[in-house]
Amino acid sequence: MAAISRDDVAHLAKLARIEMSDSELDHLAQEMDVILGAVARVQEVASADVPPTSHPIPVNNVVREDVVRPSLTPQEALSGAPAQSEDRFKVPQILGEE
Amino acid sequence: MSLNYDQAVEKYEPTLGLEVHVELNTKSKMFCSCSTEFGGAPNTQTCPVCLGLPGALPVVNGKAIESTILIGLALNCSIAPFSRFARKNYFYPDMPKNFQTSQYDEPICVNGYLDVEIETDEGVKPFRVEIERVHMEEDTGKSLHVGGATGRIHGADYSLLDYNRAGIPLVEIVTKIVGGTGKYAPQVARAYVTELRDILRSLGVSDVKMEQGSMRCDVNLSLAPIGSGELGTRSETKNVNSLRSVERAVIGEVVRQSNRLQDGERIVQETRHFQEESGQTRSGRSKEQAEDYRYFPEPDLVPVVPDSAWIEELRATLPEKPSTRRARLQAEWSVPDKEMTSLVNAGLLDVVEETITIGADPTRARSWWLGEVSRLANEREVDPTTLITPSQVAEVISLIASGDLTDKLARQVVEGVIAGEGTPVEVIAERGLKVVSDDGALMTAIAAAIASQPDTAERVRGGNIPAAGALIGAVMKATGGQADAAKVRELLLKHLGQGE
Ligand SMILES: [Zn+2]
Repeated sequence: MAAISRDDVAHLAKLARIEMSDSELDHLAQEMDVILGAVARVQEVASADVPPTSHPIPVNNVVREDVVRPSLTPQEALSGAPAQSEDRFKVPQILGEE
Repeated sequence: MSLNYDQAVEKYEPTLGLEVHVELNTKSKMFCSCSTEFGGAPNTQTCPVCLGLPGALPVVNGKAIESTILIGLALNCSIAPFSRFARKNYFYPDMPKNFQTSQYDEPICVNGYLDVEIETDEGVKPFRVEIERVHMEEDTGKSLHVGGATGRIHGADYSLLDYNRAGIPLVEIVTKIVGGTGKYAPQVARAYVTELRDILRSLGVSDVKMEQGSMRCDVNLSLAPIGSGELGTRSETKNVNSLRSVERAVIGEVVRQSNRLQDGERIVQETRHFQEESGQTRSGRSKEQAEDYRYFPEPDLVPVVPDSAWIEELRATLPEKPSTRRARLQAEWSVPDKEMTSLVNAGLLDVVEETITIGADPTRARSWWLGEVSRLANEREVDPTTLITPSQVAEVISLIASGDLTDKLARQVVEGVIAGEGTPVEVIAERGLKVVSDDGALMTAIAAAIASQPDTAERVRGGNIPAAGALIGAVMKATGGQADAAKVRELLLKHLGQGE
């Protein structure tokens, strides 16, 4: 089953704001197809008596109290940021968008 | 020839859809324990969870679920027995996780309605707005676009992100398609958002400040030729941040779309931005389709399964409905229907009630807010409630009642307060607006007026009372309009032997 096309990869790249060369798109389309194929095998073993679930353990209603706990300092929060300015995360301009 | 609003709604039938986002007023964020306090220094309210750092696990704020269920109940919704969170994936730096935790096909509240009242040519009429869903999600961070000419994203050199707001509980309330409004679409939209705001405020779940962004409205609008039974392509106008703007955005879109259709052009499905200054909308990015968000159930959060006993417990705590409260206040204050609707739709009910609670006469409180304050607000194109406080209005009214201010002077005081000259007392002192009630000062002015118009004074002495008007006018002029005209009249007539 050819699950993912080169166009699909190009579309995902656009959504993810990642620029990709033609050869990268070709390469990824093949690679993702293999990955999806592997994942699709799981569906073969899922029979009608196994309901789809988003959680392996049947647990509901786990909530916390509405209580404030200390946050990170701005220095800690920004320590992993590639760029920063004025205690804020600095990101490249977002092209052609509002 | 381009169509104006009235011409547009003669040819086209508007269809509305309203999406309202409300920040809940919980102390901590939706999925972590960071503070939700407004106005903190940048990035002082973040943690591994709301920054989306690897390995961090979210846990839902129980209070936020409770608030959302309360909202659903107040909007006559069914509460879903099973509801889940979903990831809405998008790559935009306002969410550090690269997804927003939201709800997709399993929202917590569905199928409700909200009844509003609008003023029509045939009097006040009820209108039911049906609610599609109420769901939980989280707010995004704040971007600051640096460089470029306009401060907008386009043309910016880079953006600076503050994630204090990222993760604050947000509730989205989505209407079903609102049709059948005809030309009253702007009024319906405004009445709906007003009523919704009043309900949320009465529930105490949000501070619903549109100007500060804790309540935000997106207006979807499409047009179709009247009688066609079709549904046109809709635009989604974001950034509509006051009740007045809701109304203006609908009018602006009806006019824009009708002119495009009239010229044989297509309406593009897109996001538009409301321009506060012009009342027009401006094209934004073309909207990503829902499938582009690749929603999937959030694996890090467990389902919400509210038991019916708890829901009934919450239902029992619902406060007096704003519509019930309005009926009660209308009876207490004996207000005519039309004026009551004006008060409500202008969003003035709370301030008027507060003004009256402080001690002002109901009729005077209403007429000041609906009259002078609204007039000055319209001139400035702002909400009346942002200009002056109920206690200041009550103070002015009490100064009129005590005879310290005339209506005319009071208008100057209100104007001064609005102009930022201080409290009513400060404005009175600064502008020297006290009523001249000192009999001695008035008698001096009266004597001067009589001396300058002896013939007129003689006629009054002879019983020609209406002639006194010229003398009273002269006294008012001499005192700079600060005398109480009734008092001047009384003193003058007495002086000329005509007092009773
Ligand atoms: Zn946090």
